[in-house]
Amino acid sequence: MVDDPTTKEPPSTPPVTRRVPGSAPPREVPPAPIPLENELTRRLNERFGRAVLGATLDRKQAIVSVEAGQLREISKYCREEESFEMLVDLTAVDWPKREKRFDVVLNLYSFTKNERLRLKAHAAQNESLPSVSSVWEAANWLERECFDLFGIVFEGHPDLRRILLPDEWKGHPLRKDYDILQQDTEWVRENLGIESGQ
Amino acid sequence: MKAERETAAFGNAQNVETTVLGADEIILNMGPQHPSTHGVLRVKLRLDGERVVDSECIIGYLHRGVEKIAEHRSYQQFAPYVDRMDYVAAVSNGLGYCEAVEKLLGAEAPLRARVVRTILTELQRIASHLLWLGTHALDIGALTPIFYAFREREEILKIFEKYCGARLTTHAFRIGGLQYETYDTFERDVKRFCDDLGRKIDEYETLLTANRIWLGRTRGVGVLSAADAIALGVTGPALRASGVKWDVRKAMPYAAYDRYEFDIPTRDSGDTYDRYSVRIEEMRQSRRICLQAVEDIPGGPIMARIGKVLKPPPGEVYHSVEGPKGELGYYIVSDGTIQPYRVRVRPPSFLNLQAFQRMAKGAMIADVVAIIGSIDIVLGEVDR
Repeated sequence: MVDDPTTKEPPSTPPVTRRVPGSAPPREVPPAPIPLENELTRRLNERFGRAVLGATLDRKQAIVSVEAGQLREISKYCREEESFEMLVDLTAVDWPKREKRFDVVLNLYSFTKNERLRLKAHAAQNESLPSVSSVWEAANWLERECFDLFGIVFEGHPDLRRILLPDEWKGHPLRKDYDILQQDTEWVRENLGIESGQ
Repeated sequence: MKAERETAAFGNAQNVETTVLGADEIILNMGPQHPSTHGVLRVKLRLDGERVVDSECIIGYLHRGVEKIAEHRSYQQFAPYVDRMDYVAAVSNGLGYCEAVEKLLGAEAPLRARVVRTILTELQRIASHLLWLGTHALDIGALTPIFYAFREREEILKIFEKYCGARLTTHAFRIGGLQYETYDTFERDVKRFCDDLGRKIDEYETLLTANRIWLGRTRGVGVLSAADAIALGVTGPALRASGVKWDVRKAMPYAAYDRYEFDIPTRDSGDTYDRYSVRIEEMRQSRRICLQAVEDIPGGPIMARIGKVLKPPPGEVYHSVEGPKGELGYYIVSDGTIQPYRVRVRPPSFLNLQAFQRMAKGAMIADVVAIIGSIDIVLGEVDR
């Protein structure tokens, strides 16, 4: 939720919704992601050069895409020098048609600046990412969850194993190619004694 | 004999059999069926006599795949599901979700709706804290407070029931505002409840705050330093008890919180007693917000004009609210269709529970129950 005064709002077209007297104002269509340029992105660019792939502003929230290999260094820099002390959340989004199908999303918060920042790194199916659990301890369980539900491997994680599903479960449910009715029927039969899950 | 394996190896399920324990050490399983784990939490404790050397939380018993379900429902259809995550604070979950989708759409609920939302959410916070107070005290051995706490909680549930027909999984809000107008005596009911509540909280405090047994069981137990709390992503009362004055309602106001005056209570030592005392004070502050809000509920529409079919423009949004347990966030990615492409719930209980290992290290086995209670977890939210 970074409000950046240096970024210009794109020219908005007048809303076409019919106004009814006494009703709430017609909603504005939120702007599509627009390039973001501020002090922070300038410093990141200076320091990491091409490892910073781009910065956008979506619904007034700052998103910085970074090179997966540099994720730990950039995280460390964000925590130590840009005072993003807390890793609020770490999760992933699966885009199976892309060459690098996974977006790993880190949601950072700075108490000092009262600002949020989203770091994004991309990973292909069998590619591993550096773990940030040495930067923020909170990443320990969050990365385990990511590994459990998406099958993304975090290099350097102290104890990477499933957290929500049973250890022997096969498959990663939050991948788009894992059907909602699908489950590890073998595991269910062996451990719960249920013939067919659904 | 010295334990040869370190923490990481102890945590590895395949290696439990081969973990070399010290001569005096045993491994004790607590849960998942244990009355004071507040749901289905399993804690594996490594004990040296009565002292906890190490511990590991095993979760997932209540995993229902809520985030997967979201990808197969429309935005409105998914709204009732969020109530089932933190099922003792359904209204707060609903507020976070509805506001996140509104933000994704670029809409905002009308002021009247936001004020009513604020009142109901604060009542829910009080209800959640009352449930916590009763069960936490019961875990430690104080049998009385639960009867008082449930008596007041019932009043709140009655207000919910009169408002929307449901008591627990209320689905009180809709994307864009509210489904229902407030009922005729809503203001009077809220005001009467809040007027009484101040005295009632004093009553709970006479039972516990200066009680020698209570102090003995909670002071200095499960200490979490501010630095650790921040590193571990702990939020909510647990963070404030460690001395960090931070609350989403103040830092990034949502609903109608910027209209009201309230304080953020903090304590310094970060032990079980401080977490208790922060929550007690929070109930008073929530009462204060409710009293200010019912005085003057603005008129006007209760629903923004957003249309019946919601198709947010492609993009993503993160929005969080201060739930009773901590920062409850929703990260929603839209691909421009009527179904969300991805919904990620940032559950406060999940991250707060991660800090349990740190808090329990070196504690007595009886304190484990006190510490679990003081984190105030709901497993429905941890496992989703």
